[in-house]
Amino acid sequence: MVKTLPNKLKFLLTVILIAIIGLLLFVANNKASEYVILILNLMAINIIFAVSLTLINGITGIFSLGHAGFIAIGAYVSTLLTLSPAQKEMTFLIKPLIYPLNQIQMPFLPATLIAGLVAAGFGYIVAAPSLRLIGDYLAIATLGLGETIRIIANNAWSITNGALGLKAIPPYTNIYWSWGWAFVTVLVISSLAKSSYGRALKAIREDPIAAKAMGINVFSHQVVSFVLGSFFAGVGGALWAHLITTIDPKSFAFSKTFEILIMAVLGGLGSISGAIIGASIYTVGLEFLRVLESPFKIGFISFPGIPGMRMVVLSVLLIVLMLFWQRGIMGRNELSWDMIYDLVARESNKKRGVKDE
Amino acid sequence: MNFAGFLQHLVNAFSLGGIYALIAIGYTMVYGILRLINFAHGDIFTYGIYFAFYGVILFLMPWWAAFIFSIFVTAFLGAFIERIAYRPLRNAPRISALITAIGVSFFLENFAIVVFGGRAKSFNPQTGIYPTSFLNMIDIGDVKIPVLTFITIGIVVLALLLLMWIVYKTKIGMAMRAISKDIPTTKLMGVNADRVISFTFMLGSGLAAIGGILWAMKYPQVYPYTGMIPGLKAFIAAVVGGIGSIQGAMIGGFILGISEIMIVAFVPSLAGYRDAFAYAILLFVLLVKPTGILGVEVSEKV
Repeated sequence: MVKTLPNKLKFLLTVILIAIIGLLLFVANNKASEYVILILNLMAINIIFAVSLTLINGITGIFSLGHAGFIAIGAYVSTLLTLSPAQKEMTFLIKPLIYPLNQIQMPFLPATLIAGLVAAGFGYIVAAPSLRLIGDYLAIATLGLGETIRIIANNAWSITNGALGLKAIPPYTNIYWSWGWAFVTVLVISSLAKSSYGRALKAIREDPIAAKAMGINVFSHQVVSFVLGSFFAGVGGALWAHLITTIDPKSFAFSKTFEILIMAVLGGLGSISGAIIGASIYTVGLEFLRVLESPFKIGFISFPGIPGMRMVVLSVLLIVLMLFWQRGIMGRNELSWDMIYDLVARESNKKRGVKDE
Repeated sequence: MNFAGFLQHLVNAFSLGGIYALIAIGYTMVYGILRLINFAHGDIFTYGIYFAFYGVILFLMPWWAAFIFSIFVTAFLGAFIERIAYRPLRNAPRISALITAIGVSFFLENFAIVVFGGRAKSFNPQTGIYPTSFLNMIDIGDVKIPVLTFITIGIVVLALLLLMWIVYKTKIGMAMRAISKDIPTTKLMGVNADRVISFTFMLGSGLAAIGGILWAMKYPQVYPYTGMIPGLKAFIAAVVGGIGSIQGAMIGGFILGISEIMIVAFVPSLAGYRDAFAYAILLFVLLVKPTGILGVEVSEKV
């Protein structure tokens, strides 16, 4: 039997945990190398992506393959808002940027918020027609929409600078921005998932027809989930653009959606804590896999580095995951204090030789 | 635009549409039977081109032998992928199979980068891959059209006729049609479902290889992502035509090929958005008829 802890204690534990993470990040920000800080930033941004995709794919059961498109919108919108007019003039050589975008410059926070809102707006425009479709057809439509956004970015020279992309983006993203937004994302999405609204979303995932019969407005629930997911994808895109400081349409190809899908599936599609774990493991694991691409030695045998080997390993990983471990790390369960307490209690019982009831 | 110019575009449109149709059939047959979007199909197309290329370059085959070799090897590659990655998931949730298919697609692309290299390989007749005479022009009135375009249309028509014969006149074709309706019942009738599904993958992949070789002769190079755009478009063609229906895939392929060529011909300023038209057509068709042109309405089971 799962024992439950008092709510006050759980809240306290959560606050302590967040304080510890905050402290660790503070220390890392001051002491760690630039490389480690970059990875930490990427980790937070990937958490935002994975959690927002989990809301759409895992919790609501809309199989969306257009996440990269919303990330692209966020990245482009925020960048166009933070670049200074002088820089814009230098970047847009082939066709000048349209008015009023060429005059605007604003701080990072409002730019990020607007980026998220524009992505959410697109999410709404996209969701309304395509949510009429179901299952595979919806996946195809969202895939098409994501690709269309990329194609537009590639061709609308007077807004996006086309295939050349945008460069010299101010590197505003730091640990506080990225982890702060990751915290907000997790907080908002997990509160939504826990609310009655979230239970309705899960009901839709399990059986849309039964949910409809129980009086849930399936369409409006799905739209809200999709729009919220798009908002955070846009915010993540803004953070990402201001971390890597250069974006072009290629960065938002379907492979971006694929990466995020791997994170979510690895953690367990349908679990928010799973998405966090999946994104963290993926980000760090990807760095370890770099070894494969540089020459290395085992004993006396030396292997030449093979460029591209990382992605081969990753795709094999995804296939193997699907074949043998479909539920991922967390399945649809959430990590909770009760669960940890239960595990700890069982372990100590074993040590004392007490049998499980 | 004069009539001669229009005729020229029309012939081009038919050859491009035919190639899309060949690939689209692979998507549609697999979907018709397994309800699985085989994301890796576009990459199977790419491998078809690579096999033909290396058949000539590495194994020094004459071009026609290399092409036939490629069709068969690609067919077996398709069946092999089904055996390894899709068969174990036959009874799993559909989303797992779909994610696996995406994984297979990425594996094939990145494996190609590692094995064949990321740089584009030239598939032009100078390397002896196909006869230069294919590029001779035939004059019809004022129009000049390369022989290759007619060869493409001819091969597409032949392949489609052969496919129709297999599906509608042979025993295994009947088994395929039966299985797409109801797998368990067909099994009870003594049909070896696994073998029929393998055969379907072989047939689809073989057609993709034919499409790939024709494509590479038209746009003479091959690199690991060659199949991505034509694969996506063929996939859209399959959906537009009504996924699961072979005739639908053909119609969808031609619709996509013709509209793409015509839009670029008549509104050249939109040429950069060429790849987005396919999605626009897709969305339009899905909104008007959510299961595609020849698709069957599936009623919600309660």
